[in-house]
Parts: sequence; C-alpha cells; structure tokens
Amino acid sequence: MQKYSIFNLVKNAFSNHENWDLAWKDPTPKEVYDVVIIGGGGHGLATAYYLAKEHNITNVAIIEKGWIGGGNVGRNTTIIRSNYMHDENGLFSEFGMDLWRKMSQDLNYNVMFSPRGIINLAHSDAQMNAYARRGNSMRLNGIDAVLLNREQVKEIIPMADFSENVRFPIYGGLMQPSAGTARHDAVAWGYARQADSMGVDIIQNCEVIGFDVSAGKIKGIRTSRGNIKAKKVGLCVAGSTNILAEKLNMTLPIETHLLQACVSEPVKPVLDNVVTFGAGHFYVSQSDKGEMVMGGDLDGYNSYAQRGNLPTLQHVLTEGIAMMPFLSKLKMLRTWGGIMDMSMDGSPIIDKTHIDGLYLNCGWCYGGFKATPASGWTFAHTIAQDRVHELNAGYSLNRFNTGHLIDEKGLGTKTWIS
Amino acid sequence: MLYINCPHCGMRSQNEFSYGGDASVKRPELNKEVSDQEWDNFVYNRKSLRGKHLELWQHISGCRQWIKVERDTATHEIFRTFKADEEVA
Repeated sequence: MQKYSIFNLVKNAFSNHENWDLAWKDPTPKEVYDVVIIGGGGHGLATAYYLAKEHNITNVAIIEKGWIGGGNVGRNTTIIRSNYMHDENGLFSEFGMDLWRKMSQDLNYNVMFSPRGIINLAHSDAQMNAYARRGNSMRLNGIDAVLLNREQVKEIIPMADFSENVRFPIYGGLMQPSAGTARHDAVAWGYARQADSMGVDIIQNCEVIGFDVSAGKIKGIRTSRGNIKAKKVGLCVAGSTNILAEKLNMTLPIETHLLQACVSEPVKPVLDNVVTFGAGHFYVSQSDKGEMVMGGDLDGYNSYAQRGNLPTLQHVLTEGIAMMPFLSKLKMLRTWGGIMDMSMDGSPIIDKTHIDGLYLNCGWCYGGFKATPASGWTFAHTIAQDRVHELNAGYSLNRFNTGHLIDEKGLGTKTWIS
Repeated sequence: MLYINCPHCGMRSQNEFSYGGDASVKRPELNKEVSDQEWDNFVYNRKSLRGKHLELWQHISGCRQWIKVERDTATHEIFRTFKADEEVA
C-alpha cells in the first residue's frame, strides 16, 4: 500500500496526482469467508480492521448495501467524548479515547482529531450537584473532568447567554478537556483503506436478503450478489438492525428512530469547544470550515425516513438560541437525518447471540460515532475469540432480561421521559 | 409536519400529539403465571420495522385521548386512525 506522506505528495505532484493507488479495491465476492461483517459503516470497517490487525483474521468481507461511510458515520456531528458516569460506559469510551489519540498515525490517514474539550452546561444547583457526582465518577475511572463555575464558563464561552432574567441561567458546567471532534468521513475511509490493504474484501452495492442458519449455527448469508458462506457473521447495521433481525426471527430491544443534525453558514471562529445545553437536548461545535454544527432530539417516532421533520428542528434550534442568542442571526446551510438504533436503556449491545457464529453490534443511540474504534476493537475481539471482552461485557443482549440495565441517562427510545 | 386525523377531533398537526410507541404490544395477563421472557417482550422487545406500523399517539394538546395510528415508517404516510379501544382489522 502506498504510504500517505509529504514525500509521496511531492512525488505525485509531478504526475498531476494521476498515479495514486486506489484507496481500496472493488472485489467480486468470494464463495467463502472466515468472517463476514454486514454493514460498511464506521463500526463495520473498524471491526474488519481490528480483526486483521489484532487477531490476524484477514479472510474477511464487509458487505454494504450502499456505499461505505454513507450511513451514520457520514451523518453525525463528529463529537468524541467519554464523559460517562457508569463504569461500563466510562471505561469503554476512555479505551476508545486512547485509540482516537493514536488513530491518524495508526491508520496513516489524517482523521483531524481535535481534542478541544466538551462542556455540559448546568442551569440549576441540582444540576451542578449531579455534574460534580458524574465528574467524580469519571475521575475515579481515570477520565479527565473539570467542574466549572459560572465565571469560568463565561471566560471559555463568551458567546453564551449570561444576561440576567434568562429562563435557564448558566450556573456552571462540567468539562472534559480531552474530548473533541474528528473528521468523520476520514475515519471511515482510513479504516477502509487499511483493512483493504490487509486483505479484507470491501463489497459495496450488495444487499443482504437472508441468512443460512442450520442446527442453531450460522452457515452463510444470501445477498443480491449471490450466496456467501461464512463461519462467523457480525451485524453492524445501526438503524437497519431490526430489518435484519426479522430475517433471523429475532426481536430486539431496539427501535429505529430518526435523529437530525444541521450546519449553519460558515463564520469566523466563535466557539472553541463542543457545548451542550443542560436544560434540554442541544449541542453545538464549530467545524474547521467555520460552520456551526448542531443537533439535538430525536424526531420522536419510529422512522426509517433518513430525513427530518421541521417541528423537531425548530424545537432543537429554539434551545440553541436560548443558549447562544447569536445563532439566530445565522443562515442554515444544510440539515439532514440518520436512522438510529435506539436501545431501550440508551446503551449499546455488543454480544454473541443465541445463534452460534452470529454476533450483534447495535444500540448506539446518539453516541455511535465516538464509539467507532472501541466498538470495532471489542467487536473484533468478541468475534475472533467467540467471547466478550471485559470492556463490552456490560453491553450484553440479555441485560434487559436479567435487569442489569445501564441507565446512563435513564432514557432510550422514550425521549419524552426527559 | 405530520397531520393526524384524530378520531375525536379531526385533522390536527403533529405538534398537538405525543408519541406512545408500538400499539401492537399486549400486556401479559396478570391472572396467570408470566415468565421473565414474556415481561421482557412486553417491556423491551420491539419489531420496529420499515413500512406499515400501528402505533399509539396521545392528543395531548387536544382531547387528551390516546388513539391508534397506522403509519408508514419510511414515507410517514398515515393510512388510518382508530380510537384506542377500537379493534384493528
């Protein structure tokens, strides 16, 4: 594989950049694979990469219905963080933070990881207490957390509304300085390029239409490009999880919902960090191009539409303007939506299933992008070793049956509870 | 914007309603032994498929009645609406 470096950049400049290798190939599906990963998004590509890199399993195919990186890895707001209170989420995400910090070197692909810090604003004494508790839990798990008072927040985010008589005054906030953002498409492309170079077949425009299961064991999959035999199959299909689960006669604690995001026209730098509104569900950061990247609540009803509805957007941006009034002066550049695999407790599932050789990775809710490396790493481990790693042991499928829910915020699909 | 035909009030905008999820879910009967799996299916497990979906909505800013709505989850087309206690054929 051609290395991306300043020397190769200069060298290729002499031939007008016409002789670069393809970043990944377009292979015809083979008849048999050791592992088939369904879903060529961030998690699927990362899983294939870590299967090859950490477990030396390279006879792997990624089966993607559309094109790689066309789903939620290309539709998110690029936030990376590990500011969780519960051990399962905190340790898992902090493991991921380490992978994020090394990712550009590891993949030889600039993913533009920018640890600019995330601040969750607090709007009451009670919320400050809750944040102090969460911050302490984070620090016990080795995650950086700083509790900020009103004056400190004002210094960092002068554009937020600190005037008197506002409905939700800013009391302070909880900051994770090491959190940040990354270039989302680069993450998908970087994993794809490295996985491909190690022998993984990336098969696009190939829809899974069925599974071959006999005697409780997975034998292969049926696709729009023919049948493929596989010893192991991993599902990484986010919002389409229920569609594939139905073909396997499985009913999961997952509902598919629509989440919108939007960006404004680009403006000069006004916001250095990722900021979330504490009295509702709104978050914002500024991209390197200057656009304000914003998002918030689900549309609120089951949806596969991949496009949003205006009442929710209006609701979300009303919160944004309450937090940062200058946002009302900006023109909207784009809005879009993606379909989320909302689990019932708001935490993900990375586990084996009752079918031998079939593995499940789903339930990422609002937080799939930042989990990409840790999800791929632990899912690869789960598939290769046929047992869960301690990092994803809490993300079991049967926790809904046994009552071991991970209720980080206590809400999953039922957004109205908040 | 969705427009939902409330069987009690007529056609109203989505803003007047709140969503209640899959209407095909049945609470297990309490006068018999209920297994953990049955509770699990009732509380957590959902089909949530692409296409026709029968779901509960509450006309929260209107008559406050719960209603059933048959809607396509991909196109958002609403086919039929029913009162909460109406049998859906």
